[in-house]
Amino acid sequence: MKTKKARILEIEPLTRVEGHGKVTVHLDENNKVTEARLHIVEFRGFERFIQGRLLWEVPVIVQRLCGICPVSHHLAAAKAMDMIVGVDQLTPTAEKMRRLMHYGQVMQSNVLHFFHLCSPDLLFGFSAPAKKRNIFSIIKEFPDLAKKGVLMRKFGQEVILHTAGKKIHGNSAIPGGINKNLSIAERDSLLKDIDQMLEWSQEAVDISKNYTLEHLGLVEAFGNFKSNHMSLVREDGALDLYDGGLRAIDASGNLIFDHMDYRNFDQFIMEEVKPWSYMKFPFIKSRGNLDGWYRVGPLARMNTISFIDTPLANARHAEFREFSKHKPANMTLAYHWARMIEVLHCVEKIKELLLDPDLQGSDLKLTGERREEGIAVIEAPRGSLFHHYKVNENDQVTYCNLIVSTTHNNTAMNLAVTDVAKKYISGQSRITEAMLNHIEVAVRAYDPCLSCATHALGQMPLVVELFDADNNLIDTGSQFVNKSPIQTT
Amino acid sequence: MSDNKKITLTIDGKTIQAESGQSIMNACDAQGIYIPRLCDSTGLVPQGSCRVCSVKVNGRVVAACTQPAEDGANIEHESDEIQGYRKDLVRMLFHEGNHLCPICEASGRCELQAMAYRFGISQATTYPYLQPVRPVDASHPDIALDNNRCILCGRCIRASRDVDGKNVFEYVGRGIHKRIGVNGDCLADTNADLNDYAMSLEVCPVGCIIRKGEGFFSPVGERQYDSDKIGSNIENHTAHSSLGKLIKVHQIDPNDAIHDDIDQSNVNEDKS
Ligand code: SF4
Ligand code: SF4
Ligand code: FES
Repeated sequence: MKTKKARILEIEPLTRVEGHGKVTVHLDENNKVTEARLHIVEFRGFERFIQGRLLWEVPVIVQRLCGICPVSHHLAAAKAMDMIVGVDQLTPTAEKMRRLMHYGQVMQSNVLHFFHLCSPDLLFGFSAPAKKRNIFSIIKEFPDLAKKGVLMRKFGQEVILHTAGKKIHGNSAIPGGINKNLSIAERDSLLKDIDQMLEWSQEAVDISKNYTLEHLGLVEAFGNFKSNHMSLVREDGALDLYDGGLRAIDASGNLIFDHMDYRNFDQFIMEEVKPWSYMKFPFIKSRGNLDGWYRVGPLARMNTISFIDTPLANARHAEFREFSKHKPANMTLAYHWARMIEVLHCVEKIKELLLDPDLQGSDLKLTGERREEGIAVIEAPRGSLFHHYKVNENDQVTYCNLIVSTTHNNTAMNLAVTDVAKKYISGQSRITEAMLNHIEVAVRAYDPCLSCATHALGQMPLVVELFDADNNLIDTGSQFVNKSPIQTT
Repeated sequence: MSDNKKITLTIDGKTIQAESGQSIMNACDAQGIYIPRLCDSTGLVPQGSCRVCSVKVNGRVVAACTQPAEDGANIEHESDEIQGYRKDLVRMLFHEGNHLCPICEASGRCELQAMAYRFGISQATTYPYLQPVRPVDASHPDIALDNNRCILCGRCIRASRDVDGKNVFEYVGRGIHKRIGVNGDCLADTNADLNDYAMSLEVCPVGCIIRKGEGFFSPVGERQYDSDKIGSNIENHTAHSSLGKLIKVHQIDPNDAIHDDIDQSNVNEDKS
């Protein structure tokens, strides 16, 4: 009776946020699932809002899109604006400051995702009651782990503070450069904790790796499907989260394209519109819309790259490749392992940069010959993030198109949801608790930016609606994608 | 000014000396008493329009920037009533324009924002937001105007007219439709120049007059009001000319030994 009541409470806010995350499941006459669709409201409004604004405001404005990874938008927009102000190569200080900021961001975002949002699923099991699967239970039962998660996230935020000027919504990346360098005091305050971070990030890789190995049956059965993968890679094929060329591979690991100049992305990526969704469905042009969809993000990156240029993470990447038999890993749940390898890489990179005297340089900004168009891609925590702008001769934005990582993963998330729905619902005409839990876990593995619209962690309900063969709504259920304190008390 | 007869006023119960002919604001500045202000600016003729400098003199609310100090006047300055008026005026400016501080390049040096911080205004109030959508005039190669943030203080009008000897800006419209216009179809049509005093950062108190391509050059922490609240220069140390107009705030190194026993006559010499 008590749980029933809690469920009703969870449904209440849905009217307010309806559409931020909704899954519709469609059945045939025999109550078998035909298709499940994930609906997420995207940022079309934003793309209009930015029109007419001045080009140097853009890197600051776009951060309002997301409360969790604003730095990725800040840097992607700054890179696009570098192109517009005619700067193809930043000064070493500017590029390294931006990279440092980015590594801090990827680290804190991945840590947040893993320790705060996913560890409850992994440590208590997906079928544990929603009341138990939350960060508070982790704090109670695994206090040491919780503490490390909090301190690692804090460290990442400190890196952002010292590079961007503020922990959230900083403004240091400006067209053609950066507005600050790293003072010796700032550097030293970060250096004192770096070795601790290195140690803990290795432990985090172990936790996620061991989880994967110990739950192989589940990992292999859960949201495991073949797909193409795409990410930026460095010229030599190394992982590069800040810049590079685009590489895409198919499910067997064959190259589809490599070192593509993202400034011509519209020549090899297309976006399909479907009537039931606001969010577009991008695909690789040469493979067509049925076979050309792909995944981005930590898992895709571990699959596309040739190696990692930091030793500890590279060894962990080799281990991961060994596990996937040197073929692309397609298991949705392997995202967690991949994500922790990236945390380790970021921490190694942060250390390398902190020891680099270029960060105290004073050559911060360049200008060049003005262009009308700016395109940039960055590897955000959740995957490739595309920013595309046109600016008129008065410095005003006339066009803006963003393809966020959640959009790239759109088809994959829909398939993961369909896959889970088929397993957990078929034959029944009701939404069950187990099904809700599993859909939630499948969606969460992609860490979609459902929060972009709400700006508040823990306020992201996922609604599931069940439709019969005649398209009548026969049942609804809901679950918070991230457990909020309000829900659990 | 030859007529600098000493007079005596009381402000919030404290007796201060002033020179006759001084405005209440200037008399207070000279004594390190900061009266909030937005439309008044050093070097420009006072206009008395924003009313953020309201004080009560012998029971009547007046603008301190234009009201002459009178011998024996009893001035109410930081009473709850007066502070309440000032706060409300500042609040209403946020509601009348479109102020999104986190994305505004004036953030950190904006007088309106700094005033809100000084008054402890951090939340939305019950007034309706007018949310105007006014197009940005970016026609000029070096300067842009974002009227969504204009507070109609008229400082640009006076600076252009009285200091630059031009007439780039003017008020157009009335009442709630009043806004700042330019002398032409757009700014590119006027004789505005980046080197005009009107275009300097001293003149526009907010993020309406924008010097192109300079936005966000100052890192957070190094912007004007990041560490000093607005008015602290007057409250801490002041220097005033014999005209009684605040000309230049003497910059004092806190490590400097003369800091504590600085005396007004020394500071007066420093007009460079
Ligand atoms: S002009 Fe001032 S108050 Fe208005 S948005 Fe900019 S910083 Fe904020
Ligand atoms: S443009 Fe600036 S200086 Fe001119 S009236 Fe508006 S706020 Fe005042
Ligand atoms: S400063 Fe006196 S009315 Fe504006």
